[in-house]
Amino acid sequence: MTKFGSSLQIGRRGFLAGSVALAGLSQMPRAAQAQPQKGGVFRLSVNQGGTSDTLNPAEASGSQQIMVGWALRNNLTEIGSDNKLKPELATSWSSDDAQTWVFKLRQGVTFHNGKSLAPEDVIASLDLHRGEESTSGAKSLLAGVENITADGSDTVVFSLSAPNADFPFILSDYHFQIMPVGADGALDMSGTGTGGYVLDSWKPGVKTVLKRNPDYWKEGAANFDTVEVLLISDSGAATTALVTGEIDAVQSAEYKTLGLLGRDKNVEIESISGGFHPTFAMQSSQAPFQDNNVRLALKYGVDREALVKQVLRGHGTVANDHPIAPSMPFYDASIEQRAYDPDKAKFHLKEAGLDSLSVSLSVSDSLFAGAVDAVTLYREHAAPAGLDVQVVREPGDGYWSDVWMKKPFFTSSWGARPVPDMIFATAYTGDWNESQFSNETFSQLMLAARSELDEGKRAQMYSDMQVILRDEGGSVIPFFRNFVYARRADVAHGEDVASNWALDGYKAIERWWKA
Amino acid sequence: MNAILHELRKAPLTAKFGIAVVLFYIFVAVFAPLLAPFGESEVVGYEYEPWSAVNWLGTDSLGRDMATRMIYGARNTIGIALVTTMIAFAVGSAAGFFAAVLQGWVDQVLSRAVDVVISIPTLIFALLLLTIFGASVTSLIGVIALIYATFVYRIARAVAMGVVVMDYVEAAQVRGEGLWWIMRKEILPNAAPPLVAEFGLRFCFVFLTISGLSFLGLGIQPPAADWGSMVRENASLITFGDLTPLIPAAAIGLLTVAVNFIVDWMLHKASGLKT
Amino acid sequence: MHYLLRLFVQRLALGLLTLFVVSLVIFLSIELLPGDVAQQVLGQSATPENLAAFRRELGLDQPAHTRYLSWLGGFLQGDLGNSLISGLPIKDLISERMYNTFFLAGFAAVISVPLAVLLGVIAALYRETFLDKSINVATLTAISVPEFFVGYILVWLFAVELGMFPSIANLSEDASLGDRIYRTFLPALTLTLIVTAHMMRMTRASLINLLALPFIEMAQLKGASQRRLIVIHALPNAIAPIVTVIAINLAYLIVGVVIVEVVFVYPGMGQLLVDSVAKRDFTVVQTACLLFAATYILFNLASDLISIASNPRLLHRK
Repeated sequence: MTKFGSSLQIGRRGFLAGSVALAGLSQMPRAAQAQPQKGGVFRLSVNQGGTSDTLNPAEASGSQQIMVGWALRNNLTEIGSDNKLKPELATSWSSDDAQTWVFKLRQGVTFHNGKSLAPEDVIASLDLHRGEESTSGAKSLLAGVENITADGSDTVVFSLSAPNADFPFILSDYHFQIMPVGADGALDMSGTGTGGYVLDSWKPGVKTVLKRNPDYWKEGAANFDTVEVLLISDSGAATTALVTGEIDAVQSAEYKTLGLLGRDKNVEIESISGGFHPTFAMQSSQAPFQDNNVRLALKYGVDREALVKQVLRGHGTVANDHPIAPSMPFYDASIEQRAYDPDKAKFHLKEAGLDSLSVSLSVSDSLFAGAVDAVTLYREHAAPAGLDVQVVREPGDGYWSDVWMKKPFFTSSWGARPVPDMIFATAYTGDWNESQFSNETFSQLMLAARSELDEGKRAQMYSDMQVILRDEGGSVIPFFRNFVYARRADVAHGEDVASNWALDGYKAIERWWKA
Repeated sequence: MNAILHELRKAPLTAKFGIAVVLFYIFVAVFAPLLAPFGESEVVGYEYEPWSAVNWLGTDSLGRDMATRMIYGARNTIGIALVTTMIAFAVGSAAGFFAAVLQGWVDQVLSRAVDVVISIPTLIFALLLLTIFGASVTSLIGVIALIYATFVYRIARAVAMGVVVMDYVEAAQVRGEGLWWIMRKEILPNAAPPLVAEFGLRFCFVFLTISGLSFLGLGIQPPAADWGSMVRENASLITFGDLTPLIPAAAIGLLTVAVNFIVDWMLHKASGLKT
Repeated sequence: MHYLLRLFVQRLALGLLTLFVVSLVIFLSIELLPGDVAQQVLGQSATPENLAAFRRELGLDQPAHTRYLSWLGGFLQGDLGNSLISGLPIKDLISERMYNTFFLAGFAAVISVPLAVLLGVIAALYRETFLDKSINVATLTAISVPEFFVGYILVWLFAVELGMFPSIANLSEDASLGDRIYRTFLPALTLTLIVTAHMMRMTRASLINLLALPFIEMAQLKGASQRRLIVIHALPNAIAPIVTVIAINLAYLIVGVVIVEVVFVYPGMGQLLVDSVAKRDFTVVQTACLLFAATYILFNLASDLISIASNPRLLHRK
């Protein structure tokens, strides 16, 4: 199933003048595939979220909120099953300087409450994430937007403070769902949208029921009559319910039971390579990590192949201490892969003037399945090099507020981003620069690449940045983890499956069907 | 010494079995480093290797030797459970007896304090405290002991209340016997049987509580091995009919049954019944 | 009897005091927990700006005692408040889950309490026989296994292998009573296996403990049968410890079932409480904990009253 080696290729035309073709076409499977069929009930188990989840996209963080949100609403742009950027509520977009962006809105689209889509809805929905009073988790993504204005009844114009060639990609983020403005001028966040499903009942943490929107504008999508989204946090319970046929798909399958699950012929396991990766981040402005030799020693001290094999059971690929996955655009395959080498680690330790080094590495199981195992194995790998990596298991509760970026050496995890700039800008500069990485050339390249419209030059810049992070960055990045999920054999999907999130880019509800 | 041996010889078969099992466990726990074929957290092969001459019980999810982890698990699990239960019973029963004998405001203050602790859901209270103090072995023991002490207090007090109103206790009080004397000579012998029964259960509950906490993400720090967490790690395999998690579970189960066989025998002897 | 009534009123007043102290303890604990609502909700996407905005919106920038007092003020006037995060009224959030929790606890209690007392009496009656030992070993084995593991084993047996019961309690809103019982059978059975041993062993121990006392020996000498001895003479006198342990276990069935809820995806209070603690949703945690505490206090009071009523010595003390 791992077949996304060269996904997300974007030609200059592709992203600057978004395809004007019918978006519905992108959903159509190739001729050999079975046609999507309407009907049936789809019971889906997700594992992120809780009872207090809301339908406010500014607060969206887990799969329960994201998947339900995307069943009810659309964005201006979306990442398709083929991992390419697709028009959604916008039919096309263009920019001359990557600083002023003009988006044309799709005509004839109505919200569930009958209101027609208009620029005011788009502006209000995006303003939710902007300004002083915004509590949005995606505030920083729109920080560069100075102004959003309507131009007539079908056009929205964005003015940015600096050029950003990836801006249309940003709008595909799950936070930026479009909601209608009510008669009182307030945003309707109760679940009304333009999406393929209408909210029947919303009981976060338990069960959400969705009914098909018969007037959905997208063709070949939203095929199930009814969808039930259940929150099952225990993966054992979710797997069993899949086996007994009480649910049709699970968001995440436990590695240790994969072999047993695979024997069940009513169940299909999918393993999709994506950009999700953990980091072992060092505060590289502080001792002992401010010496790049120490950072290199810790990078050579991890056996990546062994981690992929033992922690991920082979469902992943080795990483090279930079966050650009093979499935992402601008990934440079020619950069030499760093291998496990205790002797080199020892050499760099000696260069740093040390015979041995003891460090504590914080980790929590809540980061990803096998997180504590990965660090426990890292400890065993690093020992021959004179590195004593102490495993500190922290409670998952409070990890982001008290451990992440607070401890000198900690484990973190990052989801896939559609383009390099989004991960570079987020995790290697600014507020969330978790390894306190600072490199003048890197910062300059990042700004230059944003306004560079020449594909070849951009690729070279991003390649240089990957090398800088590999050799000087403050994070050990051991592997990219596959999305491993499972479905009943009678649930079908198109030939391609998106790799930006699990379950077809978190859009299985609208893209899949019952065969 | 001879008297003890004599008692042991007279013990019923179940009690002898229980004692043998407990002695075996203690032996394994004490000599773990000598008995274990590998290091506690040493990776010796691939994950889930089958039983073999080298890895007697196969390997776990990280390729560590199962038999070795079981042996070290005996040490960690029994040690922690014993310390926790002893603290809980020492504190809980002493407080319970005090409250029953002294009554009045001592009883009120202790009972109300216990009410507060005990009326907050156990697991939630443990979750709160362990998140505040960090999930180290020391705080794990402290928190579980505190929670168990409240249960022990309730039972100790209830039983002691029944004894305190007996004529012979009143007689002792009239005789001018001290508080300590009354607690030791009059109440303890009478309250011992239900407390011993409770001890047998609580001792084994410690593993289960630890295991339950690790289900919620708080437990013993890796790579230390304990049976409760070992069951947790492999539990979901059982829904596919794979028996791996039964090994540590059986170790806990056998110990529970053995400890309670001994407890039953002691109860029987204490009751003075001949049949 | 007016002694009992006075005691009842007295204890009820003390119960209210306990609830007040519980609310303080919970509030302080949540204050002491690392991170606040804003940080927990925003998680990795927290920045100083959106954290500050979030706190302003929820009034978290107020000092702790102001927040506690304003919550208490509302609570005393019967206003449970809204969830800090979802903004929904707590009453709506809790009522259905509370019903589910009580339903499951009641279901398990109806099976386990009579079963435990019956097994305890039988074990005492036939003490030191093969039957006694078998009951003991069976119940002990059941409780020496972690509860989630008991759940998994039952799921494997009844849901996967036999296909008799569903592995998850996917309740629909308009489920009939029969359907509810069918869907909650496995969780109830799991809970039964967990609590029965404790109650059964206490019943047996208390009975055997009494058998050596003079008045039982007297009855024995008068020629009463073993069965009559235990059921008529010993059992009424063993009520106090048995009721105490039953009360503890009933309370456990209501407040301690988080793990069983997780395994069977049962929408009860435990899961809500754990979620809310993780998100530092103070108002929800507070209300849920107070409800649980009140339940516990009432059970406790009932067990004390029954114990006292069953023991004339305690009853006529003053």
